[in-house]
Amino acid sequence: MAGISLQNVVKNYGRLEVVHGINLEIDHNEFVVLVGPSGCGKSTTLRMIAGLEDISDGDISIGDRVVNDLPPRKRNVSMVFQNYALYPHMNVRENLGFGLKIAGQSKEAVEQRVQEAADILGLSELLERIPAELSGGQRQRVAMGRAIVRHPEAFLFDEPLSNLDAKLRVQMRTEIKKLHNKVRTTVVYVTHDQVEAMTLADRIVVMKDGYIEQVGTPMEVFNHPVNTFVASFIGSPPMNLIPATITSGQVEFRDATKIPVPSRLAGSVSDGQEVIFGIRPDDLTPIGHGIHEARETTDIDLTVDLAELLGTETLLYTTFVGQEVQGKMFDPRDVTPGETLTFRLSLDKAHIFDAASGQSVRRH
Amino acid sequence: MDNIAGKKPGLTWAVHISVFLLVALWVFPTLGLFVSSFRTGDQIASSGWWAALFPSEINEVYRAADPDDNRVPDGDLFVVSGNIFEGEGGGEISVWGTSSRAFDAFRAGETSDLGDGETVTLEANGDYVWRGTDDQISGRGQRIFATVTSPPEFTLKNYDTVLFTEGSGGGMAKAFFNTLTVTIPATIIPILIAAFAAYALAWMDFPGRALLIAAVVALLVVPLQLALIPLLKLHLGIGIGKGYLGVWLAHTGFGLPLAIYLLRNYMVGLPKDIIENARVDGATDFQIFVRIILPLSFPALASFAIFQFLWTWNDLLVALVFLIDATGETTVMTKQIVEMLGTRGGNWEILATAAFVSIAVPLSVFFLMQRYLVRGLLAGSVK
Repeated sequence: MAGISLQNVVKNYGRLEVVHGINLEIDHNEFVVLVGPSGCGKSTTLRMIAGLEDISDGDISIGDRVVNDLPPRKRNVSMVFQNYALYPHMNVRENLGFGLKIAGQSKEAVEQRVQEAADILGLSELLERIPAELSGGQRQRVAMGRAIVRHPEAFLFDEPLSNLDAKLRVQMRTEIKKLHNKVRTTVVYVTHDQVEAMTLADRIVVMKDGYIEQVGTPMEVFNHPVNTFVASFIGSPPMNLIPATITSGQVEFRDATKIPVPSRLAGSVSDGQEVIFGIRPDDLTPIGHGIHEARETTDIDLTVDLAELLGTETLLYTTFVGQEVQGKMFDPRDVTPGETLTFRLSLDKAHIFDAASGQSVRRH
Repeated sequence: MDNIAGKKPGLTWAVHISVFLLVALWVFPTLGLFVSSFRTGDQIASSGWWAALFPSEINEVYRAADPDDNRVPDGDLFVVSGNIFEGEGGGEISVWGTSSRAFDAFRAGETSDLGDGETVTLEANGDYVWRGTDDQISGRGQRIFATVTSPPEFTLKNYDTVLFTEGSGGGMAKAFFNTLTVTIPATIIPILIAAFAAYALAWMDFPGRALLIAAVVALLVVPLQLALIPLLKLHLGIGIGKGYLGVWLAHTGFGLPLAIYLLRNYMVGLPKDIIENARVDGATDFQIFVRIILPLSFPALASFAIFQFLWTWNDLLVALVFLIDATGETTVMTKQIVEMLGTRGGNWEILATAAFVSIAVPLSVFFLMQRYLVRGLLAGSVK
């Protein structure tokens, strides 16, 4: 059993603190994705787990061992780097076997494990090539193969797909998911791409500025973001966030437009409270062009500034209360800019955040 | 249209011309030395080395064999026959004559009538027949003026002299091996030490690292002449004295700052991810050094090795101070050549040969190793 546990982990560089006492429990065989904008401390956290960065305070344990002061090689984890970090002077076979060989394994054992990993990743044909002769996707696969041959207690992925082109990225994403299903092991995966986070994770950890904002399954994080940062970071296109005030049980926007407070949130807000009203583009659709029948809706008229055709849906850019608001049109028809449409807003999918704290008003 | 991006005819031409000039500047003296080392002293004195590559035409006076010893009767006449080159040299005769006023009177194969029935026939290959009466075929041999075109002529005699004769003008073979004995350890020892030091200075964290690097850079600018006497006193004081050990240590010391500096700068540029990956893969610092850093640093190691090798090979000063003693048993090639300049200064063929012996090894080292200088070992490891 090798879960990973972080307790009050702090990292500072001199007087600059970049990770502020984070707590995280990762279960055995769980796929956890750390996601956040650059500079949020996610890579530093991963490198502290790997042992490549010292921790300034707190405890990290892998399994039941506290590994605070262990060098990387004694932690029994393997890591896949953004730049692949293949050994350029060794061929694929030697790259895969390097970790085992220096661990003093017999030649036969190394050969067998390398073959096994090569089979899993479809590298058998490439074993004699050197990294310079491989394509980006192949190099990425070798990097993953090098991680799995050692049967480590945990895999650490540091933005492994960000060097690949868009198409290959989607393909490798699927392969990583499949790989995890085949070799069930604890995985910590760092990315700034929320799509990768959503598709891969058992649990997502959203980080910002060295703090953990929210931990939850992809559905939890998507459907119940705890604050405006998570709400805008997860989901594409991002949630519309519109400032408003609660007046006599209604949400009143700056231009005096009023819509009802969603009934499930009615008890969580008080009159006169400054709030931010959040609605995803998927839940703001012209009448007749929604994807689901909402139980609780309200209609508003908006003028379309720009329509982006995506095929199965069209993104509609409108202006509401002086800010850009995006809606979606499923089963689309042609829309000309300047056209005014009546949008149906699914109130049961709407979010309300306290304007001062940015936290969701929903009780947890 | 002349200013299309990427097209700079003026600059390109300047580069091409300078490259050509540099190559010419380097190739011609080397080639000249090489050719001269295969020529005799007379040839060097009479014509330039470039002439040695083509057939040369000279006018020469030959004399037929002594008639009193060699004549054979032929009827009532006597005949002397033979070859004017007498086994030496050779060539092809184009025109010839029997007097200095008409040295080109006949072509090869023609017969010259000397009057009263006395004749000389000369073939192109030098065979002659001199025919005449008893009276005519006597006394001294007939003079023959011939214009001879001889093929290029080279000799290995210089090498034999320079390498294998003892004394001044020789002994290069021994000096050659002495130089090798100095150079090889004096190249390997500093590389070994510097590679370890460079790895530590580049990738291991320890207090005072920056200070050490600064010290290495500072040592780069210390002229070695400054250290000659104190170092020699130290060597004599601790009992190393003059000898190979002393000169190895001296070359090592003088080479280390540059070696550490070059190698550290190269190693610091290796991708951090590779080293971190090896660390996570379970490698110790020593394993990372041996299995990752050393192979990847090969171009830097090779280029420093070339520098250090050439510098120690061509060195005279350090060898004079730390190695060469009164017995002369440990003399190196540079010293040997200096001595030859003194004792055999006029024998250009000896000097050219000695010089070529001493540059032959650096030349081949450079040509064998130069591909490591240009090969990029890192292609493909990181994006």
